[in-house]
Amino acid sequence: MRFLRAGFLPRVLGISTLLACTLAMAEPEMTLVIKNHKFEPAELKVPTGQRIKLTVHNQDATPEEFESHKLNREKVIPGGAKAVIFIGPLKAGSYPFFGEYNEATAKGVIVAE
Amino acid sequence: MFATALIVFRETLEAALFVGIIAAATRGLAGRSRWLSGGVLAGVVGALVLAAGADRIGALADGIGQDLLNVGILSVALAMLAWHCIWVSTHGHEMSRDAKQLGSSVRAGSRAPRALMVAVALAVLREGAETVLFVAGLASGNPNGADGMLAGAGMGLVGGAAFGVLLYFGLSRVKPQHLFAVTNVLIVLLAAAIASQLARALAQSGLTELWTAALWDTSSFLQPDSALGVLLHALVGYDARPSGLQLAFYVATVFVISTATRQVQLRQRSQPNAGQRPVAPAR
Repeated sequence: MRFLRAGFLPRVLGISTLLACTLAMAEPEMTLVIKNHKFEPAELKVPTGQRIKLTVHNQDATPEEFESHKLNREKVIPGGAKAVIFIGPLKAGSYPFFGEYNEATAKGVIVAE
Repeated sequence: MFATALIVFRETLEAALFVGIIAAATRGLAGRSRWLSGGVLAGVVGALVLAAGADRIGALADGIGQDLLNVGILSVALAMLAWHCIWVSTHGHEMSRDAKQLGSSVRAGSRAPRALMVAVALAVLREGAETVLFVAGLASGNPNGADGMLAGAGMGLVGGAAFGVLLYFGLSRVKPQHLFAVTNVLIVLLAAAIASQLARALAQSGLTELWTAALWDTSSFLQPDSALGVLLHALVGYDARPSGLQLAFYVATVFVISTATRQVQLRQRSQPNAGQRPVAPAR
């Protein structure tokens, strides 16, 4: 049990507290809505350098696939369902995304600044 | 109709190439056709069930249910492929010997490995569920144009499957004694591609935030949704903007499988009779 004497316990406690704080520190949450095969808003501003919790609410009756090559994400969202997609942390710039099942109309861009 | 065909084609292609490679890798093994068709069928049934329950699954775990399921499916598929590669290294000689008799008779000695059949079922399940959701959505969303849409979906399905068949026959031209070496390399790359997708699913679901930044961007050089990009994505896991974790998973998979294979082979060489079955006379 030598490691206990060497200040092991306080260190573990310290690290756990730090971890717990990190976990509890909620990332910014953003919401996108799909309606009539379009994204609303079509342009979404997000902060840089932080992971973002993106909720996509598909209000259409048909499924849609949220896809972005630049964000390296793709996820199918059934009709009427909500899905959570974690993105980033991002560098400043614009990140286009689209709905693969209705590519003609379902387009948008995430702007990190 | 063309757009529909294209989407279904992309989804089908990945599973079809997977099945094509596995079918080539198990040529001439007893019970292969039964296991392979069983795997595909189980995958299709699973895809229907998964698509039907997509709403409920997606809503689980605060909206990341689908990703968690994906993580599970990819992990099992990865384990099956890795296990197969290592298994083949212990039975490779036996299988090559059997393969030389391809066409003459199917030996009862080596049975088709079940791990691969599980992997086939999971590949079909994953790609199939998305296709079923998409097609069902089309049919319900366009009551007037549904026929054309469904015809498009059928075209995409046949087109994707055709590539799998093409790959299978392409691999059939490989000399039997080299066949397992070639298919084994392809399976290692499939496993690495799956590992890369697993890393992405972990990041997408928020389970990890490790090394999420893209390492490079080759999308101006080879578009991920171009024909070649889609093909390479399915075969070797091409990704235009891979994250650090994806690359780490990819490299680690190749390293672990090849190291384990070498270890097993070395051990076998030191015990020449280990793992070999007595030679049965060919019927």
